[in-house]
Amino acid sequence: MRVNVTVNGVAHRVDHVWALESLLDFLRERVGLRGTKNACEQGECGSCSVYVDGVLVCSCLVAAGQVEGCSVVTVEGLDPSPVQQAFVNAGAVQCGFCTPGMVVAAHCLLADDPDPDDLTVREQLSGNLCRCTGYQKILDAVHLAAERAGASGR
Amino acid sequence: MVDINFGRARPGGLLDLSRVEGLDSWELIDGGRTVRIGAGASFTRIIDELGSLCPALAQAARTVGSPQIRNRGTVAGNLATASPAGDAHPVLLACWAQVEVESAHAARLIDIDDFFVGPKRSALAPDELIRAVRIPAAAGPQQFAKIGPRNAMVIATASFALNLDVAGQRVGTGIGSAGPTPLRAQAAEQMLEEALADRWDAPEAELARPLGPAAREHSEQERANCPERPVSAANKSGNDSGADIPSRLSEGAARQFGALVAEAASPIDDVRGSAAYRRHALSVLARRTLNWALADLSEAERPVSGANKSGNPGGAAA
Ligand SMILES: Cc1cc2nc3c(=O)[nH]c(=O)nc-3n(C[C@H](O)[C@H](O)[C@H](O)COP(=O)(O)OP(=O)(O)OC[C@H]3O[C@@H](n4cnc5c(N)ncnc54)[C@H](O)[C@@H]3O)c2cc1C
Ligand code: FES
Ligand code: FES
Repeated sequence: MRVNVTVNGVAHRVDHVWALESLLDFLRERVGLRGTKNACEQGECGSCSVYVDGVLVCSCLVAAGQVEGCSVVTVEGLDPSPVQQAFVNAGAVQCGFCTPGMVVAAHCLLADDPDPDDLTVREQLSGNLCRCTGYQKILDAVHLAAERAGASGR
Repeated sequence: MVDINFGRARPGGLLDLSRVEGLDSWELIDGGRTVRIGAGASFTRIIDELGSLCPALAQAARTVGSPQIRNRGTVAGNLATASPAGDAHPVLLACWAQVEVESAHAARLIDIDDFFVGPKRSALAPDELIRAVRIPAAAGPQQFAKIGPRNAMVIATASFALNLDVAGQRVGTGIGSAGPTPLRAQAAEQMLEEALADRWDAPEAELARPLGPAAREHSEQERANCPERPVSAANKSGNDSGADIPSRLSEGAARQFGALVAEAASPIDDVRGSAAYRRHALSVLARRTLNWALADLSEAERPVSGANKSGNPGGAAA
Protein backbone atom coordinates (compact mmCIF):
# COMPACT_ATOMS: atom_id res chain seq x y z
CA MET A 1 0.00 0.00 0.00
CA ARG A 2 1.19 3.49 -0.77
CA VAL A 3 0.59 6.34 1.69
CA ASN A 4 0.77 10.02 0.79
CA VAL A 5 0.89 12.20 3.86
CA THR A 6 2.25 15.53 5.00
CA VAL A 7 4.25 15.27 8.21
CA ASN A 8 5.28 18.51 9.90
CA GLY A 9 4.73 20.35 6.65
CA VAL A 10 6.82 17.99 4.52
CA ALA A 11 5.10 15.80 1.92
CA HIS A 12 5.95 12.10 2.07
CA ARG A 13 5.11 9.31 -0.35
CA VAL A 14 5.80 5.97 1.23
CA ASP A 15 5.46 2.64 -0.59
CA HIS A 16 5.01 -0.90 0.72
CA VAL A 17 3.17 0.17 3.86
CA TRP A 18 1.63 -2.83 5.65
CA ALA A 19 -2.17 -2.58 5.75
CA LEU A 20 -2.24 -3.20 9.51
CA GLU A 21 0.67 -0.89 10.34
CA SER A 22 -0.01 1.74 13.01
CA LEU A 23 0.62 5.42 12.39
CA LEU A 24 3.02 5.22 15.34
CA ASP A 25 5.23 2.61 13.64
CA PHE A 26 4.89 4.45 10.35
CA LEU A 27 6.16 7.71 11.85
CA ARG A 28 9.02 6.09 13.74
CA GLU A 29 10.20 3.47 11.27
CA ARG A 30 9.27 4.86 7.85
CA VAL A 31 9.42 8.61 8.31
CA GLY A 32 12.24 8.37 10.83
CA LEU A 33 10.69 10.64 13.45
CA ARG A 34 11.37 8.94 16.78
CA GLY A 35 10.15 11.73 19.05
CA THR A 36 6.74 10.06 19.13
CA LYS A 37 7.13 7.30 21.71
CA ASN A 38 5.83 3.77 21.88
CA ALA A 39 5.02 2.73 25.43
CA CYS A 40 1.79 0.72 25.51
CA GLU A 41 0.40 0.40 21.99
CA GLN A 42 -3.10 0.29 23.47
CA GLY A 43 -4.16 3.90 23.80
CA GLU A 44 -3.63 4.01 27.57
CA CYS A 45 -0.50 6.13 27.98
CA GLY A 46 -0.62 8.94 25.43
CA SER A 47 3.13 8.89 24.77
CA CYS A 48 2.37 8.46 21.06
CA SER A 49 0.09 11.56 20.86
CA VAL A 50 0.17 13.46 17.56
CA TYR A 51 -2.17 15.71 15.62
CA VAL A 52 -3.97 14.34 12.57
CA ASP A 53 -5.60 17.20 10.65
CA GLY A 54 -5.51 19.25 13.84
CA VAL A 55 -7.12 16.57 16.03
CA LEU A 56 -5.21 15.08 18.96
CA VAL A 57 -5.00 11.28 18.66
CA CYS A 58 -3.01 8.30 19.89
CA SER A 59 -0.98 7.33 16.85
CA CYS A 60 -0.86 3.72 18.03
CA LEU A 61 -4.64 3.50 17.50
CA VAL A 62 -4.66 4.94 13.97
CA ALA A 63 -3.80 2.77 10.98
CA ALA A 64 -1.15 4.31 8.75
CA GLY A 65 -3.49 4.02 5.77
CA GLN A 66 -5.99 6.26 7.54
CA VAL A 67 -3.77 9.32 7.20
CA GLU A 68 -3.72 9.19 3.39
CA GLY A 69 -3.92 12.81 2.26
CA CYS A 70 -3.85 14.13 5.84
CA SER A 71 -1.56 16.51 7.64
CA VAL A 72 0.20 15.02 10.66
CA VAL A 73 2.06 17.09 13.23
CA THR A 74 4.40 15.36 15.67
CA VAL A 75 6.32 16.73 18.63
CA GLU A 76 9.19 17.56 16.26
CA GLY A 77 6.82 19.78 14.31
CA LEU A 78 6.02 21.91 17.36
CA ASP A 79 9.64 22.90 17.82
CA PRO A 80 10.35 25.44 19.18
CA SER A 81 7.25 25.84 21.32
CA PRO A 82 6.83 27.68 24.63
CA VAL A 83 5.46 24.43 26.01
CA GLN A 84 8.80 22.66 25.60
CA GLN A 85 10.69 25.53 27.21
CA ALA A 86 8.25 25.56 30.12
CA PHE A 87 8.75 21.79 30.65
CA VAL A 88 12.51 22.43 30.87
CA ASN A 89 12.16 25.39 33.23
CA ALA A 90 9.58 23.78 35.50
CA GLY A 91 11.59 20.56 35.81
CA ALA A 92 8.71 18.59 34.35
CA VAL A 93 11.00 16.02 32.73
CA GLN A 94 12.48 13.06 34.57
CA CYS A 95 13.20 10.05 32.36
CA GLY A 96 11.51 11.95 29.54
CA PHE A 97 9.64 9.05 28.01
CA CYS A 98 6.19 10.56 28.50
CA THR A 99 7.38 14.05 27.61
CA PRO A 100 6.76 14.16 23.85
CA GLY A 101 3.17 13.01 24.31
CA MET A 102 2.68 15.39 27.24
CA VAL A 103 4.03 18.27 25.19
CA VAL A 104 1.74 17.58 22.25
CA ALA A 105 -1.31 17.13 24.51
CA ALA A 106 -0.43 20.29 26.46
CA HIS A 107 0.02 22.19 23.20
CA CYS A 108 -3.46 21.06 22.11
CA LEU A 109 -4.94 22.01 25.47
CA LEU A 110 -3.45 25.51 25.39
CA ALA A 111 -4.61 26.04 21.82
CA ASP A 112 -8.20 25.43 23.03
CA ASP A 113 -7.93 27.13 26.39
CA PRO A 114 -5.04 29.61 26.78
CA ASP A 115 -5.57 29.95 30.53
CA PRO A 116 -6.79 26.60 31.87
CA ASP A 117 -7.46 25.93 35.55
CA ASP A 118 -5.95 22.92 37.30
CA LEU A 119 -9.00 20.72 36.78
CA THR A 120 -9.01 21.41 33.06
CA VAL A 121 -5.34 20.52 32.77
CA ARG A 122 -5.88 17.30 34.70
CA GLU A 123 -8.87 16.40 32.56
CA GLN A 124 -7.18 17.23 29.27
CA LEU A 125 -3.96 15.39 30.16
CA SER A 126 -5.83 12.42 31.67
CA GLY A 127 -4.81 10.25 28.74
CA ASN A 128 -1.09 10.88 29.28
CA LEU A 129 0.67 8.78 31.91
CA CYS A 130 3.98 9.59 33.56
CA ARG A 131 5.62 6.62 35.27
CA CYS A 132 8.09 8.88 37.04
CA THR A 133 4.99 10.52 38.58
CA GLY A 134 6.11 14.03 37.91
CA TYR A 135 2.53 15.22 37.54
CA GLN A 136 2.80 18.27 39.79
CA LYS A 137 5.75 19.61 37.79
CA ILE A 138 3.89 18.85 34.59
CA LEU A 139 0.91 20.88 35.83
CA ASP A 140 3.35 23.67 36.78
CA ALA A 141 4.86 23.55 33.30
CA VAL A 142 1.49 23.88 31.59
CA HIS A 143 0.58 26.87 33.75
CA LEU A 144 4.00 28.42 33.12
CA ALA A 145 3.57 28.01 29.37
CA ALA A 146 0.10 29.57 29.60
CA GLU A 147 1.43 32.46 31.64
CA ARG A 148 4.27 33.16 29.22
CA ALA A 149 2.00 32.93 26.20
CA GLY A 150 -0.38 35.35 27.93
CA ALA A 151 2.42 37.75 28.82
CA SER A 152 3.71 37.77 25.25
CA GLY A 153 0.23 38.73 24.11
CA ARG A 154 -0.33 35.57 22.13
CA MET B 1 -6.07 -1.55 16.55
CA VAL B 2 -5.09 -2.79 20.00
CA ASP B 3 -5.70 -6.40 18.98
CA ILE B 4 -3.67 -5.83 15.82
CA ASN B 5 -0.81 -4.18 17.73
CA PHE B 6 -0.68 -7.17 20.07
CA GLY B 7 -0.91 -9.75 17.29
CA ARG B 8 -4.30 -11.03 18.50
CA ALA B 9 -6.01 -10.08 15.25
CA ARG B 10 -4.75 -10.36 11.67
CA PRO B 11 -7.63 -9.23 9.46
CA GLY B 12 -7.04 -9.39 5.74
CA GLY B 13 -7.61 -5.67 5.50
CA LEU B 14 -9.21 -2.68 7.21
CA LEU B 15 -12.15 -0.53 6.18
CA ASP B 16 -11.78 3.11 7.14
CA LEU B 17 -15.35 4.30 7.69
CA SER B 18 -14.15 7.68 8.94
CA ARG B 19 -13.80 8.72 5.29
CA VAL B 20 -17.36 8.02 4.29
CA GLU B 21 -18.96 11.34 3.46
CA GLY B 22 -21.63 12.46 5.92
CA LEU B 23 -21.16 9.55 8.32
CA ASP B 24 -19.55 11.74 10.95
CA SER B 25 -22.50 14.06 11.44
CA TRP B 26 -25.94 13.95 13.07
CA GLU B 27 -29.34 15.24 12.09
CA LEU B 28 -32.85 15.64 13.45
CA ILE B 29 -35.50 13.42 11.88
CA ASP B 30 -39.19 12.68 12.64
CA GLY B 31 -40.01 16.36 12.76
CA GLY B 32 -37.31 17.02 15.32
CA ARG B 33 -38.30 14.22 17.68
CA THR B 34 -35.41 11.88 16.91
CA VAL B 35 -31.67 12.45 16.71
CA ARG B 36 -29.94 10.35 14.06
CA ILE B 37 -26.24 10.08 14.87
CA GLY B 38 -23.99 8.88 12.07
CA ALA B 39 -21.73 5.89 12.72
CA GLY B 40 -18.63 8.05 12.33
CA ALA B 41 -19.54 10.82 14.81
CA SER B 42 -16.88 10.96 17.53
CA PHE B 43 -17.62 11.10 21.24
CA THR B 44 -16.04 14.57 21.23
CA ARG B 45 -18.60 15.74 18.71
CA ILE B 46 -21.44 14.28 20.77
CA ILE B 47 -20.17 16.11 23.85
CA ASP B 48 -19.78 19.39 21.97
CA GLU B 49 -23.03 19.32 20.01
CA LEU B 50 -25.62 17.05 21.63
CA GLY B 51 -25.62 18.17 25.27
CA SER B 52 -29.23 19.37 25.05
CA LEU B 53 -30.76 16.86 22.66
CA CYS B 54 -29.11 13.77 24.15
CA PRO B 55 -27.87 14.84 27.58
CA ALA B 56 -27.24 11.38 29.03
CA LEU B 57 -25.37 10.26 25.94
CA ALA B 58 -23.20 13.39 26.13
CA GLN B 59 -22.56 12.69 29.81
CA ALA B 60 -21.58 9.10 29.05
CA ALA B 61 -19.36 10.26 26.18
CA ARG B 62 -17.49 12.53 28.60
CA THR B 63 -16.52 9.55 30.71
CA VAL B 64 -15.06 7.55 27.81
CA GLY B 65 -11.28 7.12 27.93
CA SER B 66 -9.29 10.32 27.43
CA PRO B 67 -9.50 13.27 25.02
CA GLN B 68 -7.44 11.29 22.50
CA ILE B 69 -9.80 8.31 22.72
CA ARG B 70 -12.94 10.49 22.55
CA ASN B 71 -11.59 12.24 19.44
CA ARG B 72 -11.57 8.95 17.51
CA GLY B 73 -14.07 6.66 19.25
CA THR B 74 -17.69 6.45 18.11
CA VAL B 75 -21.00 5.15 19.43
CA ALA B 76 -21.12 2.73 16.47
CA GLY B 77 -17.72 1.28 17.41
CA ASN B 78 -18.91 1.01 21.00
CA LEU B 79 -22.05 -0.85 19.85
CA ALA B 80 -20.23 -3.17 17.46
CA THR B 81 -17.85 -4.16 20.26
CA ALA B 82 -20.98 -4.89 22.37
CA SER B 83 -18.99 -5.00 25.59
CA PRO B 84 -21.23 -5.08 28.67
CA ALA B 85 -19.08 -2.18 29.89
CA GLY B 86 -19.56 0.08 26.84
CA ASP B 87 -20.48 3.48 28.24
CA ALA B 88 -23.01 4.36 25.55
CA HIS B 89 -25.07 1.22 26.08
CA PRO B 90 -26.95 2.01 29.31
CA VAL B 91 -27.96 5.35 27.80
CA LEU B 92 -29.12 3.79 24.54
CA LEU B 93 -31.26 1.34 26.52
CA ALA B 94 -32.69 4.06 28.73
CA CYS B 95 -33.59 6.11 25.64
CA TRP B 96 -35.11 3.23 23.62
CA ALA B 97 -32.63 3.84 20.80
CA GLN B 98 -32.64 2.02 17.49
CA VAL B 99 -29.60 0.89 15.53
CA GLU B 100 -29.68 1.47 11.80
CA VAL B 101 -27.71 -1.29 10.08
CA GLU B 102 -27.03 -1.96 6.46
CA SER B 103 -25.48 -4.65 4.28
CA ALA B 104 -24.84 -4.66 0.55
CA HIS B 105 -28.36 -6.03 0.08
CA ALA B 106 -30.61 -4.57 2.74
CA ALA B 107 -31.07 -2.12 5.55
CA ARG B 108 -32.91 -2.70 8.83
CA LEU B 109 -33.58 -1.08 12.18
CA ILE B 110 -32.73 -3.05 15.32
CA ASP B 111 -34.38 -2.06 18.61
CA ILE B 112 -31.71 -1.61 21.24
CA ASP B 113 -33.43 -4.23 23.40
CA ASP B 114 -32.72 -6.80 20.68
CA PHE B 115 -29.20 -5.64 19.89
CA PHE B 116 -27.07 -7.17 22.67
CA VAL B 117 -27.34 -10.94 22.46
CA GLY B 118 -24.44 -12.07 24.65
CA PRO B 119 -21.09 -11.03 26.06
CA LYS B 120 -19.47 -9.02 23.26
CA ARG B 121 -22.05 -10.39 20.86
CA SER B 122 -24.58 -8.31 18.98
CA ALA B 123 -27.42 -8.91 16.55
CA LEU B 124 -25.23 -7.63 13.68
CA ALA B 125 -24.89 -10.13 10.85
CA PRO B 126 -21.33 -10.69 9.58
CA ASP B 127 -22.01 -8.65 6.45
CA GLU B 128 -23.77 -5.79 8.21
CA LEU B 129 -22.36 -2.42 9.22
CA ILE B 130 -23.88 0.14 11.54
CA ARG B 131 -24.89 3.23 9.65
CA ALA B 132 -26.42 5.34 12.40
CA VAL B 133 -28.04 5.29 15.80
CA ARG B 134 -31.49 6.82 16.33
CA ILE B 135 -32.22 8.31 19.72
CA PRO B 136 -35.43 10.09 20.69
CA ALA B 137 -34.57 13.67 21.64
CA ALA B 138 -34.68 14.19 25.39
CA ALA B 139 -38.23 14.86 26.59
CA GLY B 140 -37.32 15.34 30.23
CA PRO B 141 -34.36 14.90 32.55
CA GLN B 142 -31.71 12.28 31.75
CA GLN B 143 -28.73 11.22 33.84
CA PHE B 144 -25.76 8.89 33.54
CA ALA B 145 -23.33 7.84 36.25
CA LYS B 146 -20.37 5.48 36.25
CA ILE B 147 -18.18 3.97 38.94
CA GLY B 148 -14.52 3.15 38.43
CA PRO B 149 -11.16 3.47 40.15
CA ARG B 150 -10.19 6.72 38.45
CA ASN B 151 -11.94 9.76 37.02
CA ALA B 152 -10.57 9.12 33.55
CA MET B 153 -9.57 6.19 31.39
CA VAL B 154 -11.56 3.57 33.21
CA ILE B 155 -13.69 0.69 32.15
CA ALA B 156 -16.84 1.02 34.25
CA THR B 157 -17.12 -1.21 37.30
CA ALA B 158 -20.82 -0.39 37.14
CA SER B 159 -22.81 2.27 35.34
CA PHE B 160 -26.40 3.39 35.18
CA ALA B 161 -28.52 5.64 32.97
CA LEU B 162 -31.94 7.08 33.75
CA ASN B 163 -34.36 8.75 31.35
CA LEU B 164 -37.53 10.46 32.59
CA ASP B 165 -39.58 10.78 29.44
CA VAL B 166 -42.07 13.32 30.72
CA ALA B 167 -43.81 13.77 27.40
CA GLY B 168 -44.32 10.02 26.95
CA GLN B 169 -44.91 9.41 30.68
CA ARG B 170 -42.31 6.67 30.61
CA VAL B 171 -39.18 5.82 32.55
CA GLY B 172 -36.15 4.31 30.83
CA THR B 173 -33.18 2.67 32.53
CA GLY B 174 -29.92 1.02 31.50
CA ILE B 175 -27.35 -0.91 33.52
CA GLY B 176 -23.74 -1.32 32.40
CA SER B 177 -20.92 -3.64 33.53
CA ALA B 178 -23.16 -5.76 35.71
CA GLY B 179 -24.27 -8.65 33.56
CA PRO B 180 -23.36 -10.57 30.41
CA THR B 181 -24.91 -7.76 28.38
CA PRO B 182 -26.10 -4.24 29.17
CA LEU B 183 -29.47 -4.61 30.91
CA ARG B 184 -32.77 -2.84 31.42
CA ALA B 185 -34.23 -2.66 34.94
CA GLN B 186 -37.83 -3.28 33.97
CA ALA B 187 -39.40 -3.61 37.41
CA ALA B 188 -37.65 -0.42 38.52
CA GLU B 189 -38.99 1.43 35.48
CA GLN B 190 -42.52 0.29 36.25
CA MET B 191 -42.27 1.19 39.91
CA LEU B 192 -41.05 4.69 39.10
CA GLU B 193 -43.67 5.23 36.42
CA GLU B 194 -46.35 4.49 39.01
CA ALA B 195 -44.66 6.63 41.66
CA LEU B 196 -44.50 9.55 39.27
CA ALA B 197 -48.01 9.08 37.91
CA ASP B 198 -49.43 12.27 39.42
CA ARG B 199 -46.47 14.30 38.19
CA TRP B 200 -46.87 13.17 34.61
CA ASP B 201 -50.25 14.92 34.59
CA ALA B 202 -48.77 18.37 35.16
CA PRO B 203 -49.02 20.63 32.08
CA GLU B 204 -46.89 18.88 29.52
CA ALA B 205 -45.09 21.80 27.96
CA GLU B 206 -43.88 22.86 31.37
CA LEU B 207 -42.49 19.49 32.32
CA ALA B 208 -40.94 18.63 29.02
CA ARG B 209 -38.97 21.82 28.82
CA PRO B 210 -35.25 21.01 28.77
CA LEU B 211 -32.93 22.32 31.42
CA GLY B 212 -31.64 25.84 31.05
CA PRO B 213 -28.13 26.03 29.61
CA ALA B 214 -26.59 27.18 32.87
CA ALA B 215 -27.99 24.32 34.88
CA ARG B 216 -27.08 21.84 32.19
CA GLU B 217 -23.52 23.04 32.04
CA HIS B 218 -23.27 22.90 35.79
CA SER B 219 -24.41 19.32 36.03
CA GLU B 220 -22.28 18.19 33.12
CA GLN B 221 -19.22 19.87 34.50
CA GLU B 222 -19.85 18.23 37.83
CA ARG B 223 -20.20 14.86 36.24
CA ALA B 224 -17.08 15.30 34.14
CA ASN B 225 -14.97 16.34 37.07
CA CYS B 226 -16.14 13.55 39.24
CA PRO B 227 -17.89 10.83 37.33
CA GLU B 228 -17.58 8.12 39.95
CA ARG B 229 -18.10 10.22 43.05
CA PRO B 230 -20.75 12.61 41.92
CA VAL B 231 -22.48 15.03 44.23
CA SER B 232 -26.21 15.19 43.98
CA ALA B 233 -27.44 18.35 42.38
CA ALA B 234 -30.08 18.51 45.08
CA ASN B 235 -27.43 18.32 47.77
CA LYS B 236 -25.38 20.98 46.10
CA SER B 237 -28.11 23.51 46.43
CA GLY B 238 -28.22 22.79 50.12
CA ASN B 239 -31.32 20.69 49.86
CA ASP B 240 -30.26 17.35 51.27
CA SER B 241 -32.96 16.48 53.73
CA GLY B 242 -34.46 13.84 51.47
CA ALA B 243 -38.03 14.56 52.54
CA ASP B 244 -37.53 18.01 51.17
CA ILE B 245 -36.26 16.94 47.77
CA PRO B 246 -38.34 18.93 45.38
CA SER B 247 -40.41 15.94 44.43
CA ARG B 248 -43.27 14.04 45.88
CA LEU B 249 -41.17 10.88 45.99
CA SER B 250 -40.37 9.69 49.47
CA GLU B 251 -36.90 8.53 50.45
CA GLY B 252 -38.40 5.05 50.72
CA ALA B 253 -39.51 5.13 47.10
CA ALA B 254 -36.01 6.18 45.99
CA ARG B 255 -34.54 3.29 47.97
CA GLN B 256 -37.01 0.88 46.48
CA PHE B 257 -36.02 2.11 43.02
CA GLY B 258 -32.35 1.53 43.87
CA ALA B 259 -33.08 -1.95 45.18
CA LEU B 260 -35.05 -2.90 42.07
CA VAL B 261 -32.20 -1.71 39.84
CA ALA B 262 -29.68 -3.74 41.83
CA GLU B 263 -31.98 -6.75 41.58
CA ALA B 264 -32.16 -6.45 37.80
CA ALA B 265 -28.40 -6.83 37.47
CA SER B 266 -26.64 -10.17 37.21
CA PRO B 267 -23.06 -9.21 37.97
CA ILE B 268 -20.03 -11.44 38.44
CA ASP B 269 -16.89 -11.16 40.55
CA ASP B 270 -13.94 -10.05 38.46
CA VAL B 271 -10.77 -7.97 38.67
CA ARG B 272 -12.77 -4.74 38.58
CA GLY B 273 -15.09 -5.56 41.46
CA SER B 274 -17.15 -8.19 43.23
CA ALA B 275 -20.73 -8.96 42.32
CA ALA B 276 -21.89 -7.73 45.73
CA TYR B 277 -20.03 -4.43 45.30
CA ARG B 278 -21.55 -3.94 41.86
CA ARG B 279 -25.07 -4.52 43.15
CA HIS B 280 -24.54 -2.09 45.99
CA ALA B 281 -22.96 0.48 43.67
CA LEU B 282 -25.91 0.20 41.30
CA SER B 283 -28.46 0.83 44.02
CA VAL B 284 -26.51 3.96 44.99
CA LEU B 285 -26.10 5.13 41.38
CA ALA B 286 -29.81 4.57 40.74
CA ARG B 287 -30.83 6.64 43.75
CA ARG B 288 -28.38 9.41 42.93
CA THR B 289 -29.36 9.70 39.30
CA LEU B 290 -33.01 9.69 40.38
CA ASN B 291 -32.40 12.56 42.78
CA TRP B 292 -30.53 14.53 40.12
CA ALA B 293 -33.29 13.91 37.61
CA LEU B 294 -35.99 14.96 40.07
CA ALA B 295 -34.04 18.11 40.86
CA ASP B 296 -33.84 18.80 37.11
CA LEU B 297 -37.57 18.19 36.84
CA SER B 298 -38.37 20.63 39.62
CA GLU B 299 -36.17 23.22 38.00
CA ALA B 300 -38.02 22.73 34.72
CA GLU B 301 -41.35 23.10 36.55
CA ARG B 302 -40.50 26.44 38.06
CA PRO B 303 -42.63 29.12 36.41
CA VAL B 304 -40.79 31.15 33.80
CA SER B 305 -41.59 33.93 31.39
CA GLY B 306 -43.74 33.18 28.36
CA ALA B 307 -40.95 32.79 25.85
CA ASN B 308 -39.93 29.44 27.25
CA LYS B 309 -43.40 27.97 27.25
CA SER B 310 -43.58 27.39 23.54
CA GLY B 311 -43.82 23.67 24.17
CA ASN B 312 -41.29 22.28 21.75
CA PRO B 313 -42.07 18.61 21.32
CA GLY B 314 -39.81 16.86 23.75
CA GLY B 315 -37.68 19.92 24.23
CA ALA B 316 -36.15 19.17 20.85
CA ALA B 317 -35.05 22.72 20.16
CA ALA B 318 -31.38 22.94 21.03
C1 LIG C 1 -7.40 3.38 25.95
C2 LIG C 1 -8.83 3.06 25.69
C3 LIG C 1 -9.80 3.49 26.58
C4 LIG C 1 -11.14 3.21 26.36
N1 LIG C 1 -12.06 3.66 27.25
C5 LIG C 1 -13.36 3.37 27.05
C6 LIG C 1 -14.34 3.82 27.98
O1 LIG C 1 -14.04 4.49 28.97
N2 LIG C 1 -15.63 3.49 27.74
C7 LIG C 1 -16.01 2.77 26.64
O2 LIG C 1 -17.19 2.52 26.48
N3 LIG C 1 -15.10 2.34 25.75
C8 LIG C 1 -13.79 2.62 25.94
N4 LIG C 1 -12.86 2.17 25.04
C9 LIG C 1 -13.27 1.33 23.91
C10 LIG C 1 -13.48 2.09 22.61
O3 LIG C 1 -12.87 3.33 22.61
C11 LIG C 1 -14.93 2.30 22.37
O4 LIG C 1 -15.55 1.03 22.28
C12 LIG C 1 -15.22 3.09 21.10
O5 LIG C 1 -16.58 3.38 21.09
C13 LIG C 1 -14.81 2.37 19.85
O6 LIG C 1 -15.21 3.16 18.75
P1 LIG C 1 -14.35 3.21 17.39
O7 LIG C 1 -15.16 3.97 16.45
O8 LIG C 1 -12.97 3.63 17.70
O9 LIG C 1 -14.38 1.68 16.99
P2 LIG C 1 -13.20 0.80 16.42
O10 LIG C 1 -12.20 0.58 17.49
O11 LIG C 1 -12.78 1.33 15.13
O12 LIG C 1 -14.00 -0.54 16.19
C14 LIG C 1 -14.41 -1.37 17.25
C15 LIG C 1 -15.09 -2.59 16.66
O13 LIG C 1 -16.32 -2.20 16.09
C16 LIG C 1 -16.36 -2.50 14.69
N5 LIG C 1 -17.04 -1.35 14.06
C17 LIG C 1 -16.67 -0.03 14.13
N6 LIG C 1 -17.53 0.74 13.46
C18 LIG C 1 -18.48 -0.09 12.96
C19 LIG C 1 -19.65 0.11 12.16
N7 LIG C 1 -20.03 1.33 11.76
N8 LIG C 1 -20.39 -0.97 11.83
C20 LIG C 1 -20.03 -2.22 12.24
N9 LIG C 1 -18.93 -2.47 12.99
C21 LIG C 1 -18.17 -1.43 13.33
C22 LIG C 1 -14.94 -2.67 14.27
O14 LIG C 1 -14.83 -3.54 13.20
C23 LIG C 1 -14.32 -3.25 15.53
O15 LIG C 1 -14.54 -4.62 15.61
C24 LIG C 1 -11.51 2.47 25.22
C25 LIG C 1 -10.54 2.05 24.32
C26 LIG C 1 -9.22 2.34 24.53
C27 LIG C 1 -8.19 1.89 23.54
S1 FES D 1 1.68 4.01 22.88
FE1 FES D 1 -0.13 4.89 22.12
S2 FES D 1 -1.16 5.39 23.92
FE2 FES D 1 0.54 4.30 24.69
S1 FES E 1 9.22 11.59 33.01
FE1 FES E 1 9.44 9.46 33.04
S2 FES E 1 7.52 8.80 32.38
FE2 FES E 1 7.20 10.87 32.67
